[in-house]
Amino acid sequence: MPDVLILGPQYRHPNLREALQRAGLGGPIASITAGWQEREGELGALEEHLGQRVQDLRLYERTEGVFAHDPPLHEAYRQRQADLRRLQDIYRARLAHAKAAARETFATADESELGRWARRDAVAALRRLDATHLRMIERVHERFAKQWSASLRPLVARQQAEIQHLIDGAAVVCIAGGHVAVLLNRLRLFDVQRLLRGKPVVAWSAGAMCLTERVVLFHDHPPQGAGNAEVFEAGLGLLRQTVLLPDARARLALQDPTRVALLARRFSPAACHTLDEGSEWHWHRGRTRTAVAVARLMRTGGTRALEAAA
Amino acid sequence: MTRPATKPDALARQEIERLRAIGHSPLVDAGGLTFVYRGAAEAVRLRLWIHGLPATQSFEQPTDDLWVLRIEVPENSRIEYKLEVVRDGHEEWILDPLNPLRAEDPFGANSVAQGHGYARPDWTLQDPGAREGTLEEFVVHSAALGSERHIGVYVPARFRRTRRYPLLIVHDGFDYLRYANLQAVLDNLIHRLEIPPLVAAFTQSKNRLEEYAGHDGHAEFVAREIPDLLARSFPLHPSAAARGLVGASFGAVASLHAAWRHPGTFGRLVLQSGSFAFSDIGHHRRPATFDPVARFVNEFRRRPGMPAERMYLCCGIYESLIYENRSLVPLLRQHGIEVRYEEVRDGHNWENWRDRMQSALTWLFPGPLWMVYE
Repeated sequence: MPDVLILGPQYRHPNLREALQRAGLGGPIASITAGWQEREGELGALEEHLGQRVQDLRLYERTEGVFAHDPPLHEAYRQRQADLRRLQDIYRARLAHAKAAARETFATADESELGRWARRDAVAALRRLDATHLRMIERVHERFAKQWSASLRPLVARQQAEIQHLIDGAAVVCIAGGHVAVLLNRLRLFDVQRLLRGKPVVAWSAGAMCLTERVVLFHDHPPQGAGNAEVFEAGLGLLRQTVLLPDARARLALQDPTRVALLARRFSPAACHTLDEGSEWHWHRGRTRTAVAVARLMRTGGTRALEAAA
Repeated sequence: MTRPATKPDALARQEIERLRAIGHSPLVDAGGLTFVYRGAAEAVRLRLWIHGLPATQSFEQPTDDLWVLRIEVPENSRIEYKLEVVRDGHEEWILDPLNPLRAEDPFGANSVAQGHGYARPDWTLQDPGAREGTLEEFVVHSAALGSERHIGVYVPARFRRTRRYPLLIVHDGFDYLRYANLQAVLDNLIHRLEIPPLVAAFTQSKNRLEEYAGHDGHAEFVAREIPDLLARSFPLHPSAAARGLVGASFGAVASLHAAWRHPGTFGRLVLQSGSFAFSDIGHHRRPATFDPVARFVNEFRRRPGMPAERMYLCCGIYESLIYENRSLVPLLRQHGIEVRYEEVRDGHNWENWRDRMQSALTWLFPGPLWMVYE
């Protein structure tokens, strides 16, 4: 497993440069800013912060070009996205009920055997629902990949060769935050995980979420809606057994033990980790080398600072 | 166990000394508000604009220089008021000298009493971390109105010509900017990803009581001329779902009327404390300025059609207009319009309308909050 450096939000007080130095990662940098959509490649602030030029891989722009020149692929992609949206709608409706039931069981102070069983089973129901949803998502992707293998699509293959060349010329690849679905879809379309070939990766916010096994959308107090955290996609799986929660202080009710406990239990054995401004988590050879301002949500309802393995 | 007895007059003296010493008014507790005025006067009265309460309430005078009035107020209330002080036989309306909270409007300013539980939403305050949009003013000639008009145009931070933006047109727009802090509200909601980046046009009528009261020329100006003009300069999304109108009081009437006159143009309406006077039988009971409004609203109630797919309505329960607004909601719903309606413990004022903007705009124009992690 390559070195992976995970950071919190970078738009206000970035810590990217210092984190790279601490991790001993230097040299030419390639960036993936597809999550910024039409602002992709606007690297002024990033280059100023880093004090060096950055080569953007322009995945968003490449995707637009591929779709413009390959209408059948574009149509199939649109259909896949429509299928995924439909799946998400169905899941969301079922989730609302399952989540309400779970909250109800957690709200009681019933410590009897029956009460504990009710809580366990409510969480189990949520986990089953999440797992089924993720399997269905993966099935949609498998079907698409089988039918539209990149090797059959010369335009995609040509773009992949260019991306590969740019990655090979870099010492580190940065994956910025932004729109997580847009970013993940572009990473997947060009099979960027394969193209990285062990290259060190630095990722923050949505970029970091994409590296995990499952992308979980969350906000405990949105202006509209119930704020039920939802499994959204299968990620690239570079980081295992973790659910990443960027900007958690703003988005999560971390002071609410019921919500924290529910989230922690729901995704166990994967651990839910918060990423806020200043967070820095360096994975080296598959283990945590340094962890700063990263907290783990606990099954008991609290949070605990993550520590590097001894 | 019994408490030592306290003489009633001793309690009163303690209370008087406490009230004499306080530095601010009103005192707030879960049951209501206690207003305090210090100074020589022949009478002191509270002037309120709350439907259901007397417009004037007299303070008591426990000592020569201390005036006190206690009123019951439900939780989460927000009340604007003035003090009426009588000296040498002359009445004078003043802002409460012991209350630094003020609300401005086109007619001046009022003191503000924030009841127990009310807190100004943080998204209504300037956030130094939020990226700021820009505001430019244009003078345009309106053929429909036969005169020149000033329009303010808000362009969101990180504007890109390659993207298409929703358009929001705001009646009494410059008042919304000045008294409801709407530019900061838009900056904050966009920055928080609660609404998408959008372009907003702020209009201001020279004669709103006429032009906002079911005026076809003004509807043409809002529904045709402004969008056409802006579409030439800005990349706007053409669908009705990406077009919204905002208005309060008579501005809400103008919004509903413009959308009704031009169906399919606006998919989203924000109607705040609408002056929707109507009469099921006989004549409405409002001043004559409401005559054209009632003609339009009566006609609208007969055949509402589909002026917009989605509407957000709100009204303060301390407003006399609560009846008209409540009456409109079931009618809209019966005709297939998606309606969100909110009532709050506030009056007919700009800060009430400011505080509802998050609820209104995030429902009509939901942002990418769930999808974007920067």
